[in-house]
Amino acid sequence: MNKHIKGFYQSIGLPRLIILLFFIVVLFGAAFYDMDVVALMSNVLRRWGMYGILVLAMVPSIQCGIGPNFGVSLGIVCGLFGSLVAIELDIANLSIFAGNQTLGAWMSLLFAVVLSAVIAWFVGMGYGVLLNRVKGSEMTVSTYVGFSVIAFMNILWVTLPFGSGDIKWPIGGEGARNTISLAGSFSEIMNKTGSFTIGDPETGLFVPTGLLLFFFLFCFLMYLFLKSRTGIAMSAAGANPSFATASGIHVNKMRIIGTALSTSLGAVGIITYAQAFGFLQMYNAPLMMGFACVAAVLIGGASTTRARISHVIIGTFLFQGLLVVALPVANKVLVGTDLSDIMRMIISNGIILYALTKAKGGAANEE
Amino acid sequence: MKNNFLSYTKKQCSDLIKNIYSNKVVLMFLILCIFGISTTGKPLTYTISEVFSRFSRNTFLVLALIIPVLAGLGLNFGIVVGAMAAQIAIFFVVYWGFTGVNGLILCVLLSTPIAILFGYLVGRLYNKTKGAEMITGMVLAYFAEGLYMFLFLFVLGGVIPIKSETLMIDGGVGVKNTIDLTGNLKYSLDNISMLVLGRTILIVYFVLVLANILIHKNKEARNSQISKLILLGVMFGITFIPYVSQFMGTDRLLLLDAVTITCVLAIIYGLVKLILIKLVKKEKDTDVNRYIAIILVAIIAYGLTYVPAIYAITLAVSLPVCTYATIILLCGFNRWLLSTKLGQDMRTVGQSRTVATSAGINVNKTRIIAMCLSTLLAAWGQIIYLQNLGTFSTYGAHSMVGQYAIAALLVGGASVQMANNKQAILGVILFHTLFVVAPFSASNLFGSSLIGEYFRVFICYGVIALALAMHAWKTVIKPAVAKGKSKK
Repeated sequence: MNKHIKGFYQSIGLPRLIILLFFIVVLFGAAFYDMDVVALMSNVLRRWGMYGILVLAMVPSIQCGIGPNFGVSLGIVCGLFGSLVAIELDIANLSIFAGNQTLGAWMSLLFAVVLSAVIAWFVGMGYGVLLNRVKGSEMTVSTYVGFSVIAFMNILWVTLPFGSGDIKWPIGGEGARNTISLAGSFSEIMNKTGSFTIGDPETGLFVPTGLLLFFFLFCFLMYLFLKSRTGIAMSAAGANPSFATASGIHVNKMRIIGTALSTSLGAVGIITYAQAFGFLQMYNAPLMMGFACVAAVLIGGASTTRARISHVIIGTFLFQGLLVVALPVANKVLVGTDLSDIMRMIISNGIILYALTKAKGGAANEE
Repeated sequence: MKNNFLSYTKKQCSDLIKNIYSNKVVLMFLILCIFGISTTGKPLTYTISEVFSRFSRNTFLVLALIIPVLAGLGLNFGIVVGAMAAQIAIFFVVYWGFTGVNGLILCVLLSTPIAILFGYLVGRLYNKTKGAEMITGMVLAYFAEGLYMFLFLFVLGGVIPIKSETLMIDGGVGVKNTIDLTGNLKYSLDNISMLVLGRTILIVYFVLVLANILIHKNKEARNSQISKLILLGVMFGITFIPYVSQFMGTDRLLLLDAVTITCVLAIIYGLVKLILIKLVKKEKDTDVNRYIAIILVAIIAYGLTYVPAIYAITLAVSLPVCTYATIILLCGFNRWLLSTKLGQDMRTVGQSRTVATSAGINVNKTRIIAMCLSTLLAAWGQIIYLQNLGTFSTYGAHSMVGQYAIAALLVGGASVQMANNKQAILGVILFHTLFVVAPFSASNLFGSSLIGEYFRVFICYGVIALALAMHAWKTVIKPAVAKGKSKK
């Protein structure tokens, strides 16, 4: 029995246990302070779907052996670019969709998703070639590749000749705005589709069905992919490269596929995120997003070498739930201090550090 | 003899060109800088004086990175933690109301134990993540920032009562966004006069020599030490000559004077060495060429100051002597450290931990010491940086410290495994020149200064990404080659 508990404890790990306990404590705290727990839960559900696909992007990258993809910003900028094109072409308000706003919005969203996913796939392939050259220090390199891509795209955002009034500054100013409203295109279209409210329509639990279904659809597709021939080969290449080579798997090719897939998912993920948020955040906003995604999948129970779909679903829920619920509670307890950002930093980076110290294999075991 | 010297010069010049060419990063940045300078539309004096002031501010921090590189810890993104230690110290010193040199000394004294403690902890963490120190350092920097914000936003005022309206947010919990250092710590190091500096150094050296005499009972050694003492006494006396003390009483040195003094000292040094070699030792020494070269370069440098354009620049720039002295001292320290047993241990550990272990070196301990040193130096560097800047942005001053310092070091041609003082200094000059000129050039060329802003951030991240990728590339090729050999 004791052994069972010990094994269970080791499989969860101390930080995850702390975070889980913390989450429960915070939930009780929210109830204790008479907060609107139902509204908080609606928010948790929304954020769960919002961040889900971005976090899902970590699975193929971890499975194919490049580790947590800190450079997911590469996919993010592709997603932003795709959305900008969709807005610029004003697909939501084309004459074909006249009279049917929902269809127009969905089409514009799908256009952005497909376009950016395709671009991201090619970008990801190039990125995969680079990561193949730097085996053993993928995480370090990808972090800075991610940073420099954001900085490079900042230059592009300033210089690209956008014509749409939604993108340009209203008066003066250069290039694209800092935050671009999606009200004219696909703002909250997924959230609204098939959504329903449990209980009172004003205060009840709002379930963003479309958003969650979209998230779960991608999880399911990823699950299918991982069970497919290519997916299994990819996981094998990540788990044990030399064994994979011996069994005739082209390791480098598998790593490129994993990276490209991860980048594409990043692009889809940011569009999902943006439509739920209602705005596109340009410039330096996505700089640290990669860290949050890595942290979420690690909280879910993944390591730097193994990740499952369930880790994504659990991790995103726990991480976002904790942030959503803890913020108002913390503000009640410590009046006048905004602890949410601090907490996000400490938790997300703390869990990454923990995962790094637990990482076995690769460069860590030189001796 | 003359032929000899000519061939020596030729060899040196071709070496230099080869070095620059083989170091593509340096070459690229050199071209970028020259292009940038020529398109700023600002007078050269402005650019150069900006670069000099940024040089005095940032070089110490960059030099703090060298030790961990040698110890095989890679680029230490964790110097941010050292900067935080300094900022904690500065906050308390400002709060207690210490000003000027006293405040500065207190800052150093206060930050030292904090930084060593932090360095120890970081070292422990790095020992747990061997081979992944750099990514650990990056994440650690953000993690530490979270803790730092918690300390400054909540603990200060919330737990530790702090009563100060100028420092705290209105509610009394949490520190304000910016702390003005004008009137307390601003220029506290820069404003120390040469006279004080010179006398302090002389006295410290005097005490050291005296201690040496007392320890060593050897008579011959004693005599030479005693002559040193007398020389020091004479030099100390010189500082009391009215003209000298008046000249040295200032804290800023015109670049013109600095160049002149350096040239004169170099010429004297060269001549003394030459005379020693030729007349006293009477050896056929190939080093002769070196000293002739030093003298020639010094004369040319001095001659250049008579060119009107350069003369104007040298008059426009004045250097804070004390800050530059600390930089030179740190360069000396880095070199000295390598000659000690500890430094050699670090190098061994850096080259191969396996070899180091079998040679009986305590790898973990050496790495922790390297981290402590680096963090400590980073803390001091941050104090120098902030006292020169004059405003202490509580939540932002540390955030870019690591990245800028690392990018500067890499621009100078350093890599993840090799770095030295020269590369650090060259890198700081190139990187900050680009930093100064980029916005102006971009607004001149594209009509938008925003592009320049983003461009320099891109350069900063890009150069780090490039260097890391290039390093990883090389190390991947190397083990593959080694493996192939071992199979045979």
